[in-house]
Amino acid sequence: MTTATSNPSAAPLTLPTAPPPRRRLPPLASGLLWVVLAVVVLSTTSYLTNVPQLTASSTAQTALRLALPILLAGLGGLWAERSGVINIGLEGMMIMGTWGAAWAGYQWGPWAGLVAAAVFGALGGLLHAVATVTFGVNHIVSGVAINLLGAGLTKYLATLLFEPVSHNPRESPVVPKFDTYSAAGLSDWLGQLEHAQRVGISDVAGLLRGVLTGMSPLTLLGLLLVPASYLVLWRTRFGLRLRSCGENPVAAESLGVNVYLFKYLAVLASGALAGLGGAALVLNPGQPGYLEGQTTGRGYIGLAAMIFGNWRPGGLLGGSLLFGYADDLRLGSGGRSVLALVYGAVLLLVVLLVVQLVRRRWLAAGISLVAAGLLYALYWSVDELPSELTTYLPHIVTLVVLAVASQRLRPPAADGRLYRRGEGE
Amino acid sequence: MTALRGKLLPPVLALVFSVLLCSVALLISHGSPSTAIFAVGRQVGEGTTLVNIVNTAGVYYLAGLAVAIGFQMNLFNIGVEGQYRVGALAGAIVGGAVSLPFGLHAALIVVVAALAGALYAAIPAVLKVTRGVNEVISTIMLNALAGGILAYLINPSTFGVLRGNNVGTALIPPSGWVPGIPFGPAGTVFGLVFLAAALGVGYWVMMNRTRFGFELKASGESPAAAAVGGVNAKRMVLTAMLLSGGVAGLVAIPELLGRDHTYTVISPSGYGFTGIAVALLGRNHPAGIALGALLWSFLDKSAVALDDVGVSREIVTIMQGSIVLSVVVAYEVVRRVELARARRRVGRESGVTGEAGPPPGDREPATQHGADHAAGADQPAGAHPSADQVGGASTGGGRS
Repeated sequence: MTTATSNPSAAPLTLPTAPPPRRRLPPLASGLLWVVLAVVVLSTTSYLTNVPQLTASSTAQTALRLALPILLAGLGGLWAERSGVINIGLEGMMIMGTWGAAWAGYQWGPWAGLVAAAVFGALGGLLHAVATVTFGVNHIVSGVAINLLGAGLTKYLATLLFEPVSHNPRESPVVPKFDTYSAAGLSDWLGQLEHAQRVGISDVAGLLRGVLTGMSPLTLLGLLLVPASYLVLWRTRFGLRLRSCGENPVAAESLGVNVYLFKYLAVLASGALAGLGGAALVLNPGQPGYLEGQTTGRGYIGLAAMIFGNWRPGGLLGGSLLFGYADDLRLGSGGRSVLALVYGAVLLLVVLLVVQLVRRRWLAAGISLVAAGLLYALYWSVDELPSELTTYLPHIVTLVVLAVASQRLRPPAADGRLYRRGEGE
Repeated sequence: MTALRGKLLPPVLALVFSVLLCSVALLISHGSPSTAIFAVGRQVGEGTTLVNIVNTAGVYYLAGLAVAIGFQMNLFNIGVEGQYRVGALAGAIVGGAVSLPFGLHAALIVVVAALAGALYAAIPAVLKVTRGVNEVISTIMLNALAGGILAYLINPSTFGVLRGNNVGTALIPPSGWVPGIPFGPAGTVFGLVFLAAALGVGYWVMMNRTRFGFELKASGESPAAAAVGGVNAKRMVLTAMLLSGGVAGLVAIPELLGRDHTYTVISPSGYGFTGIAVALLGRNHPAGIALGALLWSFLDKSAVALDDVGVSREIVTIMQGSIVLSVVVAYEVVRRVELARARRRVGRESGVTGEAGPPPGDREPATQHGADHAAGADQPAGAHPSADQVGGASTGGGRS
């Protein structure tokens, strides 16, 4: 509300001058640039700090597994917020998804579990849509209530239906998992490359091999949903209308768009995606069945990944991979790997410093320099970061990114605003 | 009369709706709603339940107040959850480390806890006013981070002490305890429940009798109008958030000084979210929050009786969730009905024959403004967090 806070009479009479035009890379190119940068930084770090886990194929594999629920929750957030509905209730919808996946999964197999997870998540979405769209309740209030309700409902249902079988009200019986598939020939070849221990090539091979090995249908579905969401939301008439509801619902209404309908559809899709995120915690190989409290705030992290990605599918993918990777490192080898990652952050900051110096942005360059210096001092002064705090690396990263970049983020213009049909000015 | 009905009708409707919903859930799972309700009601008189309800309601009340201070100016302090845990931890660590005369010791703990809570709330507040970061996301992250800080600081290598199987902060010596009011076998009411009540009175005075309270409410209802009136919005955000965090820091203190005397990793969590629910139920009014806190605490503490009659006690969490959702829906519906009624009345008085209800009135600015003022006068003064102002604020840019 920055415009509202300043004294209107003190506002300049002239229009603010437009910022100097800057050449912008097309999104695909800048995305590729970030990927290359990430790989270069990681392989350099792993070489310099002698922590090969950073680019091992097992790391990439678990990172992808951990990123998947965050990615799906984030996609859920993207769909809802693009239609102008803030969805804090992702966490609750995800919990309902885990329960649905376990309940249908243990009776009729993983595919039924997947469908049930989406349906249960969508039920949560329906509730959110009824409250926010039909009744005009504040989006955050409704989301908080849905999180309470989702947790309560699953607890009750788990006690009712799982306890007789599993003898534990907090746990489901064993749920069958998806099979995994690997691109066998390619994977072996990449494995040879990884073990060849050649700087750079081996690192890339390790990361690629991890992603291509042990892929479950759910993982593939989750990854495919990113371009699918992009195509639907940005390249179809339906998507244009849906996004117009998030940018300016009154204008959309005046053009004959049924804003309520589009918001309902978007929030339903959002709930279903969050439910699939819950299914990823239950049905993917290596995951336990339903466990009470197993989502541990991943719905919120998904929302953070979406903001990190500036309300775009590609950025969202990057954000969730980063969070999954950070999560994986602290699980795998604890403080030491995370410390190596701190070193990687120093390298990244140095790159940014050079970029900013070239662009003559002295303040930003100075901040990068100070931050790099502080992180480097941290890297030298301690042997290992306390594991209690490294657990929360994604949260710290989110806070830092928000603090640094929140002015450059652009949420949908009418995100979170109340819209009533026929009451536009 | 209408105002009172507008205030009391929604919670009653929500409660009835939730009881019906849970009854249906019980019937589906072959339970008996009447047995369950009877058991829960009878539990209040059993053992220490009544005293426990009062004690926990005091804790919930503090959490509700903390959330309500933010709500008054459309700040969503979801971070009460993290702030109270950090506050209690800081209070426990300092309280266990010093030794002071009786009274002074407890006062120091209370002050430290409030300061720590306010400090933790300062992070999202500063991020919001300097960098425009939406407080909802930053406080959610800080809530999770509070768990990590807790685990790190309650560790034998830092401030933790191993007692049996449990790691906690050093025990606070008896000079720092706050005695309660003993009721014999029925238990002991925490002395600091009265602190909660006093803060409630203070909150009422602040909102209704001070300039700061007025500015707070004004910024919440119309940031633009408040800015024109000379209210510094950034300073208001900062102050409201710090106050909210300060009260949040006290949430777990009644339990800490009245019963536990140490803070552990497994000390109860979730009070912050309960505070949100309670503040919504009570619509930010000190008396309303008290009723909400008592209801919540009653449901929590009496639920144990359900296990005896063969009903899963988790039904209570469903009930709480549905109460929150239905109460906000009910408030919204009642508000809209009254707004429409006020518009019709103003329409009649100003001679506009709005035969089709609100839409014609909307097209005519003068009528609409009149209607809004009339509705404002008719409405209870308690600010209602309107979706218009909240969320998506990270880039600013109001609809002008």
